[in-house]
Amino acid sequence: MAQYLPTRLDTSFAALSDATRRGVLEQLGRADASITDLAEKFHMTLTGMKKHVGVLEQAGFVATKKIGRVRTCQLGPRRLEEETAWLERYRQRWDERFDELNKVVEELTRKEKSDERKNRK
Amino acid sequence: MNARIESKPGPVKNRTTVERKSDREVVVTRTINGPARIVFEAFTKAELLERWWVPKSLGMTLLSCEVDARVGGKYRLVFDHSPEPAAFFGTYVEVKPYSRLAWTNDEGGEGGPVTTVTFEEKGGKTLVVLRESHPSKEALDAAGTGAVEAMGETFDQLDELLVALGESPGQ
Repeated sequence: MAQYLPTRLDTSFAALSDATRRGVLEQLGRADASITDLAEKFHMTLTGMKKHVGVLEQAGFVATKKIGRVRTCQLGPRRLEEETAWLERYRQRWDERFDELNKVVEELTRKEKSDERKNRK
Repeated sequence: MNARIESKPGPVKNRTTVERKSDREVVVTRTINGPARIVFEAFTKAELLERWWVPKSLGMTLLSCEVDARVGGKYRLVFDHSPEPAAFFGTYVEVKPYSRLAWTNDEGGEGGPVTTVTFEEKGGKTLVVLRESHPSKEALDAAGTGAVEAMGETFDQLDELLVALGESPGQ
């Protein structure tokens, strides 16, 4: 029904769903690296690593900079905390909604029980 | 990332958990104090659904709520929203009384996410598991490029291209 998953978050989830890409983020958390460095580290072709970095870059997790002939990667403007914060807001919204559902269901359940008692009399 | 967030357990209040299961799925769970039959009705009868579905924090008022909870039946919720009312709508694809319910979310066009809810009764209480699932990773990736973002990316790419061209004289 009402959908609250913002599309930007979808991109983030897709970006973080891959083990190699999470590894790349960890690696960049320690130090900036070139795509060639990363490809070697993760035993991948240059083309394969470029794709992964591209996905991370689109989601804002990685920023790249070309210095001379070398493209250097570093952590981008977005952080995992942001995703966690979003998930918490999402949880609060559902929590609020389910609190209301709980009230409705408790009320109906009570009503039914008292009706049953009346019927038995 | 296996992000999982839970509210603190209270003496009375049941916990709501949210878990991202994969790149295309988010799962919400909550135990409701009542039998599955009543919880199911609260999901499938418009006059009950409208009493709880719209969280206050959303700051939106429900203008109308139509629910035809049969396989192939439609639902339509219209919210007071500026500048125009916002409608959320879709079709029920699974309706199994008191145990399972699934609907499509079509407001964003075809290939939107599918919401599946299961109801499991235990000792007079019902565990509700709600799963929001995108049909494919490709659909999710496609949904991931909102128009504004896409524009930003296009300009970024153009910038990169111009820089690259500037860097390679004679080509």
